[in-house]
Amino acid sequence: MPDTAPPGGGRHGPPRRRADDVRRTIDGVWAIESAKVIARVARMVGDVGLAEDLAQDALVAALERWPVTGVPDNPGAWLTATAKNKAVDLLRRRATLDTKHQQVGHDQALTARPPTVEDEAALDDDDVGDDLLRLMFIACHPVLTRDARVALTLRMLGGLSTDEIARAFLVAEATVAQRVVRAKRTLRAAHVPFELPPRDELGARLASVLEVIYLVFNEGYSATAGDDWLRPELCSEALRLGRALAGLAPDEPEVHGLVALMEIQASRAGARTTPTGDPVLLLDQDRGRWNQAQIHRGLAALDRAAALGGVRGPYALQAAIAACHARARTADATDWEEIAALYDALAELTPSPVVEMNRAVALAMAFGPAAGLEVADALLDEPLLRGNHLLPSVRGDLLDKLGRYDEARREFEVAASLTRNGRERTVLLGRAKQAAAAASWPPGSRPPRSAPGVPGPRHDD
Amino acid sequence: MRYMLMHYSNEDNENDVPPTPELMAEMGAYMEEAARSGVLLAGEGVRSSRHGARVTITDGEARVTDGPFAEAKELIAGFAILDVKSKDEAIEHAKRFARISGATQIDIRRVAEFSDFE
Repeated sequence: MPDTAPPGGGRHGPPRRRADDVRRTIDGVWAIESAKVIARVARMVGDVGLAEDLAQDALVAALERWPVTGVPDNPGAWLTATAKNKAVDLLRRRATLDTKHQQVGHDQALTARPPTVEDEAALDDDDVGDDLLRLMFIACHPVLTRDARVALTLRMLGGLSTDEIARAFLVAEATVAQRVVRAKRTLRAAHVPFELPPRDELGARLASVLEVIYLVFNEGYSATAGDDWLRPELCSEALRLGRALAGLAPDEPEVHGLVALMEIQASRAGARTTPTGDPVLLLDQDRGRWNQAQIHRGLAALDRAAALGGVRGPYALQAAIAACHARARTADATDWEEIAALYDALAELTPSPVVEMNRAVALAMAFGPAAGLEVADALLDEPLLRGNHLLPSVRGDLLDKLGRYDEARREFEVAASLTRNGRERTVLLGRAKQAAAAASWPPGSRPPRSAPGVPGPRHDD
Repeated sequence: MRYMLMHYSNEDNENDVPPTPELMAEMGAYMEEAARSGVLLAGEGVRSSRHGARVTITDGEARVTDGPFAEAKELIAGFAILDVKSKDEAIEHAKRFARISGATQIDIRRVAEFSDFE
């Protein structure tokens, strides 16, 4: 393999410095190239697990050789050619060991001339795009557990190491490593071909990819002050995966819907916590700290989803709700009637107690507390909400607004006993106290109101 | 994390020498690839400084000077905002951009987030 390119940076520096420079170059190259290398090798060997192992071998080869030879002109092509050559070696060894070995597609790899760096450099970017899309679908394949899908996606498409995934998800590195190994084995055992899903499975398979990306985003979004810096970076990782998917499957409205949802939610990152890390409710946030350029990207993605037509899916609907908040210059200017209508549609499409609770809040904001309370009361027997402080805090707020102070106080006290967040408990107990005071007010007079925001559902936040 | 890459001008940029079709094609492919991988958030090249102006404010008083400005190599010729995993990845993008465009200097600056000031 030709390694004749001139050395990269630091060629006049002392050897240690140069080794560091090459190491950093390799880190940068790997971040850009790893998914493409894996995708191209997977197309050749038909096994994404094996492809990932071979790509790692090529990375090790680069770490050994580039400090001596310099960084090649086309490092991506070098890594791919190296991985493919290792594949040929491996397949030939296997064929020798096992003469009955007859895997479809391998014959060609065994007899053809091993690919060179020039061959790889000449490959079309559109082809690698298709291979990346295949890789995404397979990393999120339904035969895998949800944790395995997340780990494989971050490793094969995000280029994260097992150590980085472990730190980002607050689990042991060995756990992640085992998940990856087991996932590769499962895919191999299931003979999952390196193909796009058949048409009749496409919807469900795409939903799985979107779910994994949104899981990664939410993990990053739930990071708190003092966490490893890799945790909030998961939001960026999910956004990059989402944008990449939107480029690879531009005709799928829900992909744009998910990108819109993530962009708009991420746009509030600078406003959703206090400097000490306490959460700030959406309606109390300083909108001057929302990232307007990011909101603009989100709204543009939402427009793309709408332009494709069809019934709005769950991501597009949630993004549309987020967009209502993003468009309002002040909390008072929020179009709650539109939000309530969007929650109606979401509840019909993906009914869940949490959606119902958000719908109750939106209805109350749009049409008054009685309309909200009716929906909230219907949730009282919902087992999924039992033991959770959200429903009683929402009901407390609505009862309070209706002037039913005794009932409101009771709900706030129940909510305070259920929350695990100390700051929330303080707020809820404060509101219970206010409701109790209001209950003793003479009928017809208005109690002084200075209730802080209730820690209820986060709308779309 | 986001980085802003700014490449500096040269005599060709300042003379508005149009890029060759080969350069346009290669640059287009590179930018498309960067956009498609979810990394490129924004990026533009700018025309020579003779089409621009400079606003200087002294004691609250704004003074406008029309271009061109001397010293091409102190002027910005274009920028890109990238959403990348690391500074090393941003550096690798800068090297690739330079190889295609012939830029001789590129500054790489981390985009500030609200959380940086808390």
